[in-house]
Amino acid sequence: MGTRHDYTLYFFAAIGSFLVVYIALPLLVILAKQASDFDMLLRALHDAYVIEALRNSLLTATATALIALLFGVPLGYVLARKEFPGKSLVQALVDVPIVIPHSVVGIMLLVTFSSAILDSYTGIIAAMLFVSAPFTINAARDGFLAVDEGLEHVARTLGASRLRAFFSVALPMAFPAIASGAIMTWARAISEVGAILIVAYYPKTAQVLVMEYFNNYGLRASRPISVILIVMSLTVFVILRWLVGRKANA
Amino acid sequence: MLEVKSVSKDWKEFRLREISFDVSEGEHFIILGPSGAGKTVLLEIIAGIIEPDAGSVLLNGEDITHWPPERRGLAYIPQNYALFPHMSVFDNIAFGLRLRKLPKADVERKVREIAEVLGIAHLLHRKPKTLSGGESQRVAIARALVVEPELLLMDEPFANLDVQTRGKLINEMKRWKRELGFTALHVTHSFEEAVSLGDRVGVMLDGRLVQVGSVREVFSRPSSEEVARFLGFENIIEGTAEGRVLRSNGVEIELPAEARGRVRVGLRPEDIILSLEPIRTSARNEFKALVESVEELGPLVRIHLRIGGLHLRAFITRSSMLEMGITKGREVYVSFKASALHVF
Repeated sequence: MGTRHDYTLYFFAAIGSFLVVYIALPLLVILAKQASDFDMLLRALHDAYVIEALRNSLLTATATALIALLFGVPLGYVLARKEFPGKSLVQALVDVPIVIPHSVVGIMLLVTFSSAILDSYTGIIAAMLFVSAPFTINAARDGFLAVDEGLEHVARTLGASRLRAFFSVALPMAFPAIASGAIMTWARAISEVGAILIVAYYPKTAQVLVMEYFNNYGLRASRPISVILIVMSLTVFVILRWLVGRKANA
Repeated sequence: MLEVKSVSKDWKEFRLREISFDVSEGEHFIILGPSGAGKTVLLEIIAGIIEPDAGSVLLNGEDITHWPPERRGLAYIPQNYALFPHMSVFDNIAFGLRLRKLPKADVERKVREIAEVLGIAHLLHRKPKTLSGGESQRVAIARALVVEPELLLMDEPFANLDVQTRGKLINEMKRWKRELGFTALHVTHSFEEAVSLGDRVGVMLDGRLVQVGSVREVFSRPSSEEVARFLGFENIIEGTAEGRVLRSNGVEIELPAEARGRVRVGLRPEDIILSLEPIRTSARNEFKALVESVEELGPLVRIHLRIGGLHLRAFITRSSMLEMGITKGREVYVSFKASALHVF
């Protein structure tokens, strides 16, 4: 690097920027188009049906992230600290939801739990949890792996039980990683449609409502909800990431 | 106080075999061995972090082999010190005290007291990552000692420090030991630490504890060729120093610097000069010695010498041995410069 003939990096950057533009462009275009159609946006914001759907999305995604934390953190800790027979199988299983098409996930959940989850908040959360929990589990595992086990050993020789060492040393140190994982889980949950469509069309979530408006009334009607969803998700995502980043650097 | 009985353990690439030794109250016991000998595994077994495959660990007569670490009352300082990076120095030191549910005022007082002794009172508000190696080590020692452990377990406590800091801290360790009166089990690969701090030494090679004894005994009478080779045949002379004179077994030796009280000095066998006639120079220590035995080691020979009650070993080349006609029972003159002596 730093030599005048190092064109490779420039070349790679030029190629790579395609993806950056590809991701940024639709975001900018939809925001720009909606800005020129502000009335529709205001009408959507006053539509009780839309507000209700947004509320459902936020609540279920947040509940999913919390449940993923509750179960994912202990699992991540075990995966980071303990060798046991079948560990690689458990590891692989944790990643399975990522490779299964989400409509199939919906079918699987419905076949397994049927009416217990059909068209209910439980169903929405069940679908979200299945597809998004791996982010929390893997982040927690990696977070704990990055904590020197010697720190916990020292804490124990100083009189801390294993549980106490976990709460006073391992957990606070792995916290930024776990929180990032939980944010990813939240983000993945709020963007889930496929499994929810099959398991719980009602109570209606904003992501499903976008589809419904698109099918029934067309692009122009579904756009304002999409924009609201984008702005809301990105805002929460950015704020949480910033909070975690601040804590990690403290 | 601590008894380790026939402990064996296979752990990763380490094989501990039938390790037995004991540490008495107030003692500074050193386990000396090259890296890879399994010293850390042994410490972790004693600390309760690893369970041995066989054998037992007794503390004050009680079998603690299967006790969890938090019940043992031993403090452990790993080689990297393992300071809690998310806590201030104060909170690091206070950690064990808070677990013991001490009143806040007592925690505060004890932390400040120990910080004062260890010279880290000005660092209490800092985060560990802002500390130098020497400061980190002091904090780790403070955190361990503040809970008044039965025994302090230290893994290569001076290995990560630069030479100057190490020398300084080794000397301070002696002072802390006097002021705080703890019992220590300390593993290291450094002869300097063993000779400077050790009351007794156990030499560990390849997962076996091959010799245990006082520092002088181990260094002057290695029990096997393997121990001797590891120790590098250093001559360790123990005696009483007064000014620049060291008296040991009726022999007076000139020191390179002033010292007082019981000291140990090291002398490398290759720094000893043998001659048939006395060499008259004021800067040398010169003694008449008896050749006890001669060991042939290829191009070099090791000559075992006795000066009064003092035993020394010297290296000379094979050809000079033949030239001087050195054989067992012959009297020779031994000389070495005061500056060749290393005072521990």
